[in-house]
Amino acid sequence: MGRTSIFMLSAAATMLAGTMPALSAWQPQKPIEFVATAGPGGGTDNLARAVQNIITKHKLTEQPIVVVNKGGGSGAEGYVYGKASAGDPYKVIFGTSNAWQQPLVSKVAFNYTDLTPVAAMAQDEFLLWVKQDAPYKTAGDYLKAAGSGEFKMGGAQSKDTDEVLTRMIEKAGKVKLTYIPFKSGAETAVQLAGGHLDSHVNNPSESLGQWRGGTQRPLCVFSPKRLPQGAKVTATEGWGDVPTCVEQGLDIKQYEQPRTVWLPGKVTPDQAAFYVDLMKKVQATPEWKDYIEKTSQVDTFLTGVEFDKFIKQDLEHVKQVAGEQGWLVK
Amino acid sequence: MDNLSELLHGFTIAVTVPHLVLMVVGVLLGILVGVLPGLGAPNGVSLLLPLTFGMQPVSAIILLSSMYWGALFGGSVTSILFNIPGEPSSVATTFDGYPMARDGRPTTALATAFGSAAFGALIGVILITFLASWVAQVALAFGPAEYFAVYFLAFASFVGMGGAAPIKTVVALAIGFAIAAIGIDTVSGSVRLTMGVDELVKGVSFVVAVMGLFGIGELLVAVEEEFHARAVSSKIDWREVFRAVGRLPRHGVALLRSAAIGCWMGITPGGPTAASFMSYGIARRFSRRGRYFGTGEVEGIISPETADHAAGTSALLPMLSLGIPGSATAAVMMGGLMIWGLNPGPMLFVDQKDFVWGLIASMYVGNIVAVALVLLTVPVFAALMRIPFVVIAPLIVIICVVGAYSVSNSYLDVVMMLGFGIVGYLFKKLFYPLAPLVLAIVIGDKAEDAFRQSMLMSKGSLGIFFANKLVTCLIMAGIALLLLPLVLQLARLWRKPASPATETTAQEKVII
Repeated sequence: MGRTSIFMLSAAATMLAGTMPALSAWQPQKPIEFVATAGPGGGTDNLARAVQNIITKHKLTEQPIVVVNKGGGSGAEGYVYGKASAGDPYKVIFGTSNAWQQPLVSKVAFNYTDLTPVAAMAQDEFLLWVKQDAPYKTAGDYLKAAGSGEFKMGGAQSKDTDEVLTRMIEKAGKVKLTYIPFKSGAETAVQLAGGHLDSHVNNPSESLGQWRGGTQRPLCVFSPKRLPQGAKVTATEGWGDVPTCVEQGLDIKQYEQPRTVWLPGKVTPDQAAFYVDLMKKVQATPEWKDYIEKTSQVDTFLTGVEFDKFIKQDLEHVKQVAGEQGWLVK
Repeated sequence: MDNLSELLHGFTIAVTVPHLVLMVVGVLLGILVGVLPGLGAPNGVSLLLPLTFGMQPVSAIILLSSMYWGALFGGSVTSILFNIPGEPSSVATTFDGYPMARDGRPTTALATAFGSAAFGALIGVILITFLASWVAQVALAFGPAEYFAVYFLAFASFVGMGGAAPIKTVVALAIGFAIAAIGIDTVSGSVRLTMGVDELVKGVSFVVAVMGLFGIGELLVAVEEEFHARAVSSKIDWREVFRAVGRLPRHGVALLRSAAIGCWMGITPGGPTAASFMSYGIARRFSRRGRYFGTGEVEGIISPETADHAAGTSALLPMLSLGIPGSATAAVMMGGLMIWGLNPGPMLFVDQKDFVWGLIASMYVGNIVAVALVLLTVPVFAALMRIPFVVIAPLIVIICVVGAYSVSNSYLDVVMMLGFGIVGYLFKKLFYPLAPLVLAIVIGDKAEDAFRQSMLMSKGSLGIFFANKLVTCLIMAGIALLLLPLVLQLARLWRKPASPATETTAQEKVII
């Protein structure tokens, strides 16, 4: 894209923003820090860097942006840092649903209420994956075979999204699975490829390369409707060809992981509004569409009351699963 | 010989003026971040990553991987000159590199390290070139049980051999394991050993521990002994650089053995850190001059350096072909791959031939560029040793403090680093070995995760460690290495029942 068209685009974006009544009065006066609650290279880190890149490229703010990684303690390090920075509008925290899920199941020194929610920007889908040469063709077959009680399900982290979903599958399918936690989805995918596991519930981007390479395939997606078709992944199939789990008799309608953006607590509404606005502008760029497509995520934008509602619903749900498993921290 | 023609095609991509310029820039930046402890290769690469978004993927990966080579070389510089390892994998280089540099031979130490590192890297790339598909298959065979066996082997090769009393080694290991356990546990998801300090949730960073244990600890010992109070009057001799490199072939056995260990650990994937420790441990046991290790032995530098670079290079293969990063830096590069629109995984070699073979060819060229540049800098770095102690000591403190702080911008880390300094000092004074402590901090939690994952899989049965040939062999080799010194000792006792204790006093000084 040429220089002029970038200029036109940003001019258009400014005009668009100008017509909006909610144009924030507050503007940042010094460099902004993006805190990724994950190590370099993971999905959360990629999001923070993609957003940084888009903002810089389109000059959406005058101030420079630095990305720092605080992924220790499954992301707790970053959230605790956000909590400690209360009132500082120059720290933006990028995370997932573990902002509200983690405090439920482990003794960490923060809760999502210590932070100011900005938005949920993208949803990562979950699929049920098996090894390429596994005999089962549908989720129904899989559940039948899993009745033996010998199945090993892998996932990233313990008591996190992957394990919650595993427990939901156990309940919905009336089976018992042995859950083995690994450090990341990528590691789990390799373990499945090597035949050390029977299945996992990776996000699309975590197993995309493996699917193309013919080491594993998805049985179904935990979504109310099939994913958008997009380009073919293998010679014959694309994401849109993967049936939903409900279609195949595994009754879990929806399970997804939002990528979330937060500010520290005690910032003013003006300051929060500035970032909501900024993220909206980011989402309107072609680079964002590109990022969403390449990482096979679903574009969403939840903010304000809607975001709040989403958190509350998810929280209720996780609380129920965690309660049944005896994971809740006292 | 399909691979060979692909490689030649790769060279036509890698050897172009813009790419050569990128390599030189990358290597120089890499040496810089490698030499500044606390910055390190992963941080350097992630700082550079946004700049590559507009580039061709091949150019981008050439820039980033050249930086990685530079940083790997640069990391050895501070290990040798100041006893401050910038990367976990260069810890083992301090054991003999630092004594040799203090002995007035910094040029020899640096040139030996760089020369053997380049050799290791070369073997690693050759392995990638010809055995790419086979290696990818081998890596797939590694489940949690096999991972644990590899870590066990690394511990076993190192533990039985130290000059310290076995009980002291065990104590050092135990402390290391306890430190590695701090933070969130992968398997249970709960917080361990934070003692109510919220900041500890992220665990103890390796850099913080090592800067204290080695950098500050050594400084305290030096101050007390006034041993280093004068500068080393090292002669800076250009010819010595070439002489040291020229002497390398004499240690052919050590070079080949270390390269083999490095490649093996890189692809299995135990990683460069485990590789360098294991290689050092095995060299110490099997070298004819093994008992002098720790006093500035040439093979004590060759072994860890060759293995480190062989592993670091071959670790890029699992990243490309399987999508598992073998090191922290590889993880950042993998994030880059995704952003450039490439998907690491089995299909990369088929879909993106230009990218893969361009990268592999650039590994050959990049490493040559890196070793040439880094050998040129040897006299400059060696000259640092001439600076008087009164000037260098405060500098070391500053480097350690800034390095510890920059890990995650936390003051607690600085305090902990100084605490580790005291621990390091006490260890030295009481003849406790530091190496097992560091080894346990670095791979202790990985070994623990792998063990507990195996136990989950086998529902608590240890039988999983003897379930197939691969894992059984690894475990047996580990046990054999563990028992070897015991057997040797018994044999010696058998031969001369009343052996005089002269040897032990000599060894007391070279505890590492």
